[in-house]
Amino acid sequence: MTPFNRNFGQGRSREGITPDMNWRELTKAGNIYEPGNANTYETGDWRTIRPMWNEERCIHCLICWRYCPDASIFSTDGKFDGFDYKHCKGCGICANVCPTHAIDMISEDEIDEQKEARENEE
Amino acid sequence: MKNRVALTGNEAVAQAMRQINPDVVAAYPITPSTEVVQMFSSFVNNGKVDTEFVTVESEHSAMSATMGASAAGARAMTCTSSQGLAYMFEVVYVAASMRLPIVFPVANRALSAPINIHCDHSDAMGIKQSGVIQLFSENAQEAYDNMIQAIRIAEHPDVLLPVSVNYDGFITSHALDVLEILDDDTVKEFIGEYHPQEALLNVNEQLSMGNFDMYDYYFEHKYQQVAAMENAKRVIEEVGKEYAKISGRTYGLIEAYKLDDADMAIVVMNSAAGSAKGVCDELRAKGLKVGVLKPRAFRPFPHEAIVDALKGVKAVAVLDRAETFSTLGGPMFADVRTALYDLKADIKVVNYVYGLGGRDLRLEDVEQVYNDLGDIIKTGKVDKFVRYLGLRE
Repeated sequence: MTPFNRNFGQGRSREGITPDMNWRELTKAGNIYEPGNANTYETGDWRTIRPMWNEERCIHCLICWRYCPDASIFSTDGKFDGFDYKHCKGCGICANVCPTHAIDMISEDEIDEQKEARENEE
Repeated sequence: MKNRVALTGNEAVAQAMRQINPDVVAAYPITPSTEVVQMFSSFVNNGKVDTEFVTVESEHSAMSATMGASAAGARAMTCTSSQGLAYMFEVVYVAASMRLPIVFPVANRALSAPINIHCDHSDAMGIKQSGVIQLFSENAQEAYDNMIQAIRIAEHPDVLLPVSVNYDGFITSHALDVLEILDDDTVKEFIGEYHPQEALLNVNEQLSMGNFDMYDYYFEHKYQQVAAMENAKRVIEEVGKEYAKISGRTYGLIEAYKLDDADMAIVVMNSAAGSAKGVCDELRAKGLKVGVLKPRAFRPFPHEAIVDALKGVKAVAVLDRAETFSTLGGPMFADVRTALYDLKADIKVVNYVYGLGGRDLRLEDVEQVYNDLGDIIKTGKVDKFVRYLGLRE
């Protein structure tokens, strides 16, 4: 057995933790030393359905922006400016509250299949 | 200066706690450890300690409050037995996983049902996989000494784990014993002032403890605990050597008693080790090559030291004061037998479950075990490798 690193679990990452870090690099017991680091923890891969924006229907009311529980809707200058797919968990609340039905929830599997099909054609 | 005194095990442990003078003690009474917190509460009331004593409504709350105090940055302790430890069970895991250096004595007692208040190791064996360090004590002296050393082991930066100090309910907890206690200043100097690496009440350093982990981090955090346990083996020995300098008593991971040239060995923890040593001496006087191995640390399990101590013997009996209901013997038997497997030395290892619910282990019982081992060596055969010592069959 390799000798144990005496500095085990002494990591004090300020930039947040990533899944490529080993047990020595991670902070002891999962302690967090910096507030606001939820931003560095990407939860987008939990999603099974993806919100897709229909630009023509969108009236930029930003009701979706207000309702999104994960702050995963970007807005710039008071206008809708896309989804944060690194954090969006695909709950579908945005699509549900949209008064003009400008957000469609598409299965991630379907998106993957389409992507595969496109790659095969090429 | 050394003071030779007559104390019960509980009194000795309470004295150790007085000398440790922890910041917080949260506890709930349960036989046979009740006296410890009862005496400690009188120390609090009489101004002998500076401790904040929290009377809680259950053992689940006792460990929760102790954990909260420890996370806040206090040197915190609790104390329990039996059903109390069982009720504390889930919080013990949390304390270990959050890496809080809590020291808590456990006066070992049977678990219900049937209701029984007497000595048994089933309570301690219930938390053997919780991540706490478990030290076992043969008598009041060892319980006292283990308490003092436990503080240093738990708080060592390479360890940072709770330590439970086990001693036999009633046999050790309530029997009057002669022991040496250190003077208060020596203990104070040995354990040192507590400076936690991090604390929730430190307003200058932001900290969030006890966070949520998914499958992408939990595994690594569990392994950090394994690494800390591995380190603990070294630290327990280091602290034991340092303790010898102030007490004259040396402690390691195990005590190997007359094992150097032994053919037969009994492996046993806590007070029964004393009986085993007594019988061992008698049989040695008759020319039999017998010895005793007493693990002092059960978690971490000192398998390297045990293999080294037992490598020369021909037959080993492991005595367990707890059942696992696996039908494969007691908890320590499994560990010892596994540790010896890779030696490929054809050491016969048998198990005796004994003393459940406080049944006495008589000297004749120990002698019987050595006789059985003698027969096994003579015939080379083991007809039954899990046996029940003193059971009416």
